[in-house]
Amino acid sequence: MSEITKTSAATVSTPALKRYGPWIGFLIVLLILPYIFSSNVGVYTMNLMGIFIIFALSYNMLLGQGGMLSFGHAVYFGLGGFMSVHFMNYLEDGSFVFPMWLLPIFGGAIGLVFAIIIGSFSTRRAGTVFAMISLGVGELMAASSLIFVAFFGGEEGVSGDRTMGPPLFGVNFGQDVQVYYLIAAWVFVTVMLMYLFSRTPAGRLANAVRDNAERAEFIGYSQRKVRFVSFCASGFFAGIAGGLFAINFEIVTEENLNALTSGVVLLMAYIGGVGFFIGPIVGAVLFTLLQSILSNYTDIWQLYVGVMFVLTVMFVPQGLTGIMMMHTPAWRMKRVGGLVVPYIRMGVPALAMLAGIAGFLEMIHHVRGSPADETMMSLMGIEFSTHSIMPWVTVAVLALVGGYLVRNQAPQLKEAWETANNPDAGGKEA
Amino acid sequence: MQRHAFDAITPSSEKVRTKGLVKACDELNFLKGGKELKIKSFILAGAAFAAISAFSAQAAETIKIAFIDPLSGPFAATGTSGYKQYQWAADQLVNQKGGVLGGQMFEIVPFDNKISPKESLVQLKRAIGDGITFIAQGNSSGVANALTDAIKKHNSRNPDNRVLFLNYSAVDPALTQKKCNFWHFRFDANADIKMNALTDVIKEKEEIKKVYLIGQDYSFGKAVAAAAVKFLGEKRPDIEIVGNELHPIGKVKDFTPYATKIRASGADAIITGNWGADMVGLGKAIGDAGIDVPIYTYYAANDGITKTIGASGKDKIRLVHEGTVNPPPTEEYLAYHKGFKAKYPEADITQFRIANSIGMLAAAIEEAGSADPLAVAQALEGMEYTSIQGDKLVMRAEDHQMMQPIQISVHTDENVVLDSDNSGYGLVEESSISAEDAALPVKDCNMERPTS
Amino acid sequence: MFELVFFSLLNGIVTGLLLFMLASGLTLIFSMMGVLNFAHASFYMLGAYFAYTISAYLGFWIGLIVAPVLVGLLGALVERYGLRYVHRWGHVAELIFTFGLAFLIEEVVQFIWGKDTKAYHEPEILQFPLFTFFGQNFPAYKAFMLLISIAIFIMLLLILTRSRVGLIIQAAIHKPNMTAMLGHNVPLVFMGVFGVGCALAGLAGVIAGPALGTFPGMAVVLGSIVFVIVVVGGLGSLTGAFVASLIIGLLQTFAIALDYSVNDILTAFNISFDADSALRDLWSLSLPQIAPILPYLLLVLVLIFRPMGLFGNRET
Repeated sequence: MSEITKTSAATVSTPALKRYGPWIGFLIVLLILPYIFSSNVGVYTMNLMGIFIIFALSYNMLLGQGGMLSFGHAVYFGLGGFMSVHFMNYLEDGSFVFPMWLLPIFGGAIGLVFAIIIGSFSTRRAGTVFAMISLGVGELMAASSLIFVAFFGGEEGVSGDRTMGPPLFGVNFGQDVQVYYLIAAWVFVTVMLMYLFSRTPAGRLANAVRDNAERAEFIGYSQRKVRFVSFCASGFFAGIAGGLFAINFEIVTEENLNALTSGVVLLMAYIGGVGFFIGPIVGAVLFTLLQSILSNYTDIWQLYVGVMFVLTVMFVPQGLTGIMMMHTPAWRMKRVGGLVVPYIRMGVPALAMLAGIAGFLEMIHHVRGSPADETMMSLMGIEFSTHSIMPWVTVAVLALVGGYLVRNQAPQLKEAWETANNPDAGGKEA
Repeated sequence: MQRHAFDAITPSSEKVRTKGLVKACDELNFLKGGKELKIKSFILAGAAFAAISAFSAQAAETIKIAFIDPLSGPFAATGTSGYKQYQWAADQLVNQKGGVLGGQMFEIVPFDNKISPKESLVQLKRAIGDGITFIAQGNSSGVANALTDAIKKHNSRNPDNRVLFLNYSAVDPALTQKKCNFWHFRFDANADIKMNALTDVIKEKEEIKKVYLIGQDYSFGKAVAAAAVKFLGEKRPDIEIVGNELHPIGKVKDFTPYATKIRASGADAIITGNWGADMVGLGKAIGDAGIDVPIYTYYAANDGITKTIGASGKDKIRLVHEGTVNPPPTEEYLAYHKGFKAKYPEADITQFRIANSIGMLAAAIEEAGSADPLAVAQALEGMEYTSIQGDKLVMRAEDHQMMQPIQISVHTDENVVLDSDNSGYGLVEESSISAEDAALPVKDCNMERPTS
Repeated sequence: MFELVFFSLLNGIVTGLLLFMLASGLTLIFSMMGVLNFAHASFYMLGAYFAYTISAYLGFWIGLIVAPVLVGLLGALVERYGLRYVHRWGHVAELIFTFGLAFLIEEVVQFIWGKDTKAYHEPEILQFPLFTFFGQNFPAYKAFMLLISIAIFIMLLLILTRSRVGLIIQAAIHKPNMTAMLGHNVPLVFMGVFGVGCALAGLAGVIAGPALGTFPGMAVVLGSIVFVIVVVGGLGSLTGAFVASLIIGLLQTFAIALDYSVNDILTAFNISFDADSALRDLWSLSLPQIAPILPYLLLVLVLIFRPMGLFGNRET
C-alpha cells in the first residue's frame, strides 16, 4: 500500500517540476548570463549564439524531425534578415511606426511566404531530390541577391539603424546588451514554440513520415502535406532568426543566404545532435564559441572544426547530445560514478595526444606563414623558437605517448562502460 | 587617455574571469555527472573569456591599429601585402624612431574580413572589444561603406569608447561625399580624382576613338564607370563608349568571354578599375586573346598581376596612382623600398598611401599629445605632411579627403630600378598631375563635428 | 558578330568538355551508390594542387600523369575507409559525410598550400597562339584542353561499352545484388569506380589549374555547377552528362557574349518603365548579369518538371 502511494505521489509531483523546471531554469540562465559575461566580446558572442540557436533549431525541424536534408536553409534566414532591415529603414524614414523589438515578425513572415512557395514543389519528395532542390534554390537565391540590387543591395548588402524605433521603456537598443535581452526574449519564446510544435500531432507526424513514409500514408496521412507543414514552420522560424540577425548587426548581405551559411547551420545541428531537441542548441553554442574564441588563438580553427565534423559524421552520428544521452541508463542506475575514473584514465592521454597534434599543426602553420627572420612563436602563453628541435620533440612525444596510452586504456573503459550499462551485472553486485 | 581606457577595462575583465570560472565550477559540482552539455560550454566559455581578458590587459604600452582586410579568399594576396606594408611602415616610420608620445609603439593587429561587409563588422566588434581605437581598411569600397557607417553609429552610441577609421585605399567617392563622416579619413585619391587625372592623359591621345569600360559590379566599379563616362564626355565628346560592362566581383574565373567581347567591339582603349584576382584574370585573358590596345587601369600592378601580364602588357598598361616608384624620387624612399624587399622578398611596396597613413597618424598623435581618437581626428583635419617620396600632402578638413599629386605610370621593363613581382617589369612614371590640378571641389558633404 | 559567335562557341565547348570530365565520374558514382559526392569537386581541386607541387619539381607533363593517379588512389581510400564505413548510418549520413569531406579538404588545402592563388602555369611549349582569327588569338593551351577532354570522353565510352570491365560496371549499376551473385566483387567495383571518377576529376583539375587559377575556392566555384549537370543530364546517363555539360558551357559563355536585356525587348514593343521603382532591376537586367543564375534556374526547373533529367531513365 505504502509503495503505491509513494509512486503515485511521485508521478503527480514530478511532471510539474519536470515540465516547467527546465523552462524556468532556461529563463533564469538567459536572464543572468550578461551579468556573468559582461564584456563586449561576451555579449557579442551570446547575441550570435541566440540567433544561431533559433536558426539551428528551425533547421532541425527539417533534418532531425522531418528527415529532410536541406542545403539551402539560409535562404529563409537571409530573406528574413533583408525584410527586417528594410522595415528598419522604413522606420527610420518615418513612413511607418512599429516597435523595433517586434521587427523579426516581418522576417518570419517573409520566411513563411517563401517556404510556402518553395515548399509547394520541393516537399513532394524527400531524400536526394529534396536535397538537390534545396541546393538549387539556395544557389539561385544567392546568385539573384547580387543581381537584384534594389532589394538585396548587391555586394554591399543593406544596412539599417536599430535605434530609430520608438523606445521601449526608454530603451532604444543602442547598446549590445539591450539587444541581448531582446534576442533572449525571442529565443525563449521561439524555443518554446518549436518545442511545442514538436509535441503537436503535426510534429509527431513529421517523425512518422521521417521514419517510414509508406506506413504514414497507409494510416491516411499525405506525406507531402506533413512535410510541407514542417517546412513552412521551419522557414518561419529561420526568418525570425534572420530578423534578429538584422537587428544585431544592422547589416544584411548576400552571405546571409548563401551556401556557406546553409552549410554552417547543417554543421551546427549535426555536431550538436539532430536526434534530440536540445541537440542543435548545443551545436549552436559550441560552434559560436569555437568561431569567436578559438579564432582568437589560431588561424586554422576551421581545420579543427572540419576534422571534428567529419569525425562526428563517421563515428558519432547521434552528435554530442547523443553521447551525453548514452549515459542516461547508467545515470538511472546510479552508476555514472563508476565511469569517472576510467574516463579520466582515458581522457588525460587523449588530451595529451590532441594537444600534441594541434601543437604540431600550429607549429607547421607558423613556420610556413611568418617571415624568415621571425622564428619565435607563442602557444598557450609559452614562447619558443620553431627553429630549435625541442618543441618538435615535445609535441611528437605528446602525440605518440598520448596515442599509445589511448589505445592501451581503451579496453578498461569499454569494460567499465559495459559494467555500468549492464542491468544484470548491477543486479549481481547488489 | 589611452592608458585610462585600458585601466578601466582590466579590473572588470578580471572580475569576469573569476566569476565565469566560479560559475562553471558551481554548475559542475551541482550536477556532478553532467546531465546537460551546456555545462561543458560554460567551462569553455569561462576559460576562454579569462584568457581574452588577460590578452587585452597586456597591451597598455602600445598603440594598436586594427588592420581589417581580406587575408583569405580571392583577394588574400592584396590584403596580405597591405598587412606587410603596414607592419613595415609602423616599424620604419614610428617604432625605429622611438615611437610616439615618448615611447609608445605602434602595433598592427590583423583581422581577416574575407572581403565581406558583414564579416568586417564582426571583426570591428572584436577589435573594439580588444580596446583598439584605430581601424585601418582599404580593400573594397563595399566594406568601407559598411565600416564607416558602423563606426559612426558606434561612436555616437559610445562616446567614451570612440574609434577612428583610416581608409587607405577604398576610393568610392561617396565616402567623402554623401556618406562622409567625421571619423573617416581617406588617404587615397578617390575614383573621381584618379579618373580626372587619367582622362587628362587620354585627352591628348588623338588616336583613341572607342573606349571599352569594364569593372567589378559594386560601388567602386560603378563609380569608376560613372566617372569615366562623365569626364570623357566633358573632355573628349568625340570618343564613343563601345562597352560599359560590370562583372561579379571575385567570382569570374575565366575572363575569355569578356576578352572576346572587347575584341569584337573594336575598342582602341580599355579602362578598368579591376584589382586583385579580377585584374589578374582580365589581364591574362586580354593578353591571351592578343588584344593590342592601351589599357588604363587603377590597380594593374604587383601582387602577381605584373608577373602575369609580363611582356604582353609592355607599354600598353598604364596605371593611375600616387607616389612615384621609378625613377625612385628620393634616397630615403629607395632605402625604405629596398629594406622592405629584403625582409619580404616575395612582396612589394604597392600602396604608398599606407606609409602616409601611418606617418600622418603618428604626427597627429604627437600634435594632439594623446592617442584619444577625437583629439587625433582634430589634429588630422587640415594636416600638411611631406611624404618620404617628397610629395606635399594635405588632408582636406571639409571632407577628410587627402589632396596629393597623382602619377600616371606605364608597365615596362626599361629604366626599371624597383621592379614588381621580381619580374623585371615595373612602373615607370610618364606624367604627374599636381595636387591642385587633380583636385575636385568638396561636394555633398555635411559633416557633424563632435565638440567633446 | 560572327567573330563573337565563333569564339564563344569555341570557349563554350572548352568549358563544357572540362565540366564533363568532372560530371562523368560524378554521375557514375551517383548511379552506382546513390550518393551524390559533394566532395567530387574537391578532388578536382586536389588534382590542381598536386600537379602544381609536382610540376615545380618534375615539370608539367609528369604532373599531368602522376597527379590524377594520386587523386584516384586518395579517392579509393576515401571510399574504402570513409564512405563504406558511414554507409551503416544511412543515406543522409553519407551525403553529410561527403559534404563534411568537401569542407575538410578545403581547409586541408589551405593549411598545406596557403590561402593565396598559386602560380601554376601552362608549360612553355603550349604558350603560343594556335591561330589568329579576326585579329583574335586562340591559345594553344585551350586546344590542348579540348584535345584531352575529347580523348577522355572517347576512352570512357569505349571502356564502358566495349570492355568486360565496362559490362560489369553497367551490371553493377543496375542490379548490384545480381552482379554480386554472379561472383563479381561488387564492393571492389565500387571502390574502383569511385577511384577512377576521382582520378578523372583530378585530371580535370590538372589541366584547368593553369587556365582557371589554382586557389582554395576553386572547388566551390565548380562544385555546384557539376551537380547541376548531373541532375539535368539524368542519373547514370553519360550521354546526358555530356549534353548537359555542353549546354551549361555554352550557356555561360553565350550569356556573357550577348548583351540583351528585358529593357531592349520592352523598348522594341514601345513599352517604357519607371526608372525608380523597386522592380527596376527586373527591367534593366541584361543577359551577362543573369548568367550566373541560369544553371540553377535550369536545375530547379528540371527537378520540378522532369525529375529523371533530360536523358535519365529513373528518378533522382
